[in-house]
Amino acid sequence: MSGHHPDAEIAVRVRRLEARVVAAGLTDDAELDDILARLLAGASPLNGARIVARAWVDDDFRRRLLADASAAIADVGLSTRGGLKVQNLGVVENTATEHHVLVCTLCSCYPIGLLGPSPSWYKSEAYRARVVREPRAVLAEFGLVLPDEVTVTVHDTSAENRYLVMPRRPAGTAGLAEAELAALVTRDGLIGTAAV
Amino acid sequence: MPPMTETTAYRAGDRVRTRATDPPHHTRLLRYARGQVGEVVRHLGAWPLADESAQGREPRVEPVYTVRFTAHDLWGSGDHRVTLDLWQSYLEPAPEPAMEPASGSAPEPAP
Repeated sequence: MSGHHPDAEIAVRVRRLEARVVAAGLTDDAELDDILARLLAGASPLNGARIVARAWVDDDFRRRLLADASAAIADVGLSTRGGLKVQNLGVVENTATEHHVLVCTLCSCYPIGLLGPSPSWYKSEAYRARVVREPRAVLAEFGLVLPDEVTVTVHDTSAENRYLVMPRRPAGTAGLAEAELAALVTRDGLIGTAAV
Repeated sequence: MPPMTETTAYRAGDRVRTRATDPPHHTRLLRYARGQVGEVVRHLGAWPLADESAQGREPRVEPVYTVRFTAHDLWGSGDHRVTLDLWQSYLEPAPEPAMEPASGSAPEPAP
């Protein structure tokens, strides 16, 4: 991406708004910091990786995850209720014939509680505009070249569901334990811009 | 959450057409998917209609569906598919597809 910072203007607005609500006695810096810390504590791609690794080793969990992810992730001690709003989670599974990739073309909706803050490219106009139109070209720029026989499905996050991609389990990992498998899963794999 | 004010009108596999109108307020019916025919993939429960909550009104609570479109229909080219999560009032029933196969679309399982 370029060195341009599209969020500079919004950052100024947020700082002004914060100064006004603090000056009005509605909150203070310590309370705001505490809210942010609680929101981001434990919000990391490691959560998504743990979900995927469990699904790779436990087929019953995998089926329940695909049917009702919000309920199933309680098995690994996670919840979709940690954010500011109630949201549902959907998990989409990559297979030998189907690849999934996530976007929010309207803004930047993203499962922050399960993946941590989104990467800047996810919020860029270039990614949002292009991935719905030419996903194979965009994925190739990420280094992921998909064979023609693999169907690509782009999930545009337009309502209150948030999504997670379950990558394919890499070959040659039969002997690995669940925690070792989780260590193989990357943030981009959970967005669908990497194979794993 | 307030009670659902609309009953569920569509099931997985139903063909639907999105509204083509351009409302004078916020909407989650994305511009590139207006007036397009897609297939309902999943019912996602009922959620407050974002168009109304964005206007500061008490929102209707409507069924939301994942609807899948072919890139060929949306863009005139491409072999991929795009899914969107859409509130029920964005949708109307669509006729069954014509007999000629839609080029560029992925094969669908028989109904």
